Amino acid sequence: MGVDNPLGDNIITASLDGLVNWARKSSIWPMTFGLACCAIEMMATGASTHDLDRFGIIFRASPRQSDCIIIAGTVTKKMLPVIKTVYEQMPEPKWVVAMGACACSGGIFDTYSVVQGIDEALPVDVYIPGCPPRPEALLYGLIKLQEKIGRERNSFGSTIGLGERFDSAA
Amino acid sequence: MADNNRAVIKLKERFAADIVDVKEFRGEVTVTVKKENIVAICNYLKAELAYNLLTDVTAVDYLGQEPRFLVVYNMYSIANKDRLRVKAQVCESAPEIDSVVGLWSSADWLEREVVDLFGITFKNHPDLRRILMTEDWVGYPLRKDYPLQGPDREPYKGRLS
Repeated sequence: MGVDNPLGDNIITASLDGLVNWARKSSIWPMTFGLACCAIEMMATGASTHDLDRFGIIFRASPRQSDCIIIAGTVTKKMLPVIKTVYEQMPEPKWVVAMGACACSGGIFDTYSVVQGIDEALPVDVYIPGCPPRPEALLYGLIKLQEKIGRERNSFGSTIGLGERFDSAA
Repeated sequence: MADNNRAVIKLKERFAADIVDVKEFRGEVTVTVKKENIVAICNYLKAELAYNLLTDVTAVDYLGQEPRFLVVYNMYSIANKDRLRVKAQVCESAPEIDSVVGLWSSADWLEREVVDLFGITFKNHPDLRRILMTEDWVGYPLRKDYPLQGPDREPYKGRLS
């Protein structure tokens, strides 16, 4: 009756946030980047027993294709510029997971050569304690990251110039 | 006993004036020498006594004592299956010693590590850059008077800090 419906019933309406956040949180592609023993647990989490792929989490070998970086291990002051460069090369939107005691706070390495927590340099979204955290802990942290992404409001719209982004208290 | 060691006997014949101390502990022989003739001593040990492998060069900081530093050379004779440790005294006012890179190429990076962490310069070294710390690092972290948590932080005081 005046309104064409060329798609028939093959259409659903939803909020853009729901769609965008669902897409983003279901395809977190972390940077393949390990620093210490936490990286071994990270690899174990990606392997078949724990299987990160079932969450759509697939490690990428290039920062250009990544939207998440898991800081898995001790960050030395000599390594920090490298991590910053990798982070800056990742396209927006991007998230940071601090995995393990060292990445969260420097851990047992309270010394001149170690950065006392990666949050001195990068905006961390999820902190995962443990030394090193078990794969279950990393999985839990990544699920928490998914929940956090799911709560974002108008992050896509604000990027293309529609309105402002709403940051709810996490 | 260290006095029966072949290398010690030969060294005492050739470099009597340079030898400060000879010690043996659990079968490991250590010869402490003055730093002036270190290249000649090492050359003799390598050429005449077949210590053809330099396994490590490191240093020790005896803060408050004089001489403050000992540069330690661990060497091994593949032919004789025999180890020897030579320590050279380096004082705080002139922290430098001749390089042995001309004898053993393995000394290159090992001496750079000592430069980096102890601030002892090696004369005639081909490439004296820092090897472990960043190029712009200030200070020598393995010196005993270097603060453990770095110069820009309050030192740790247990639960009070």
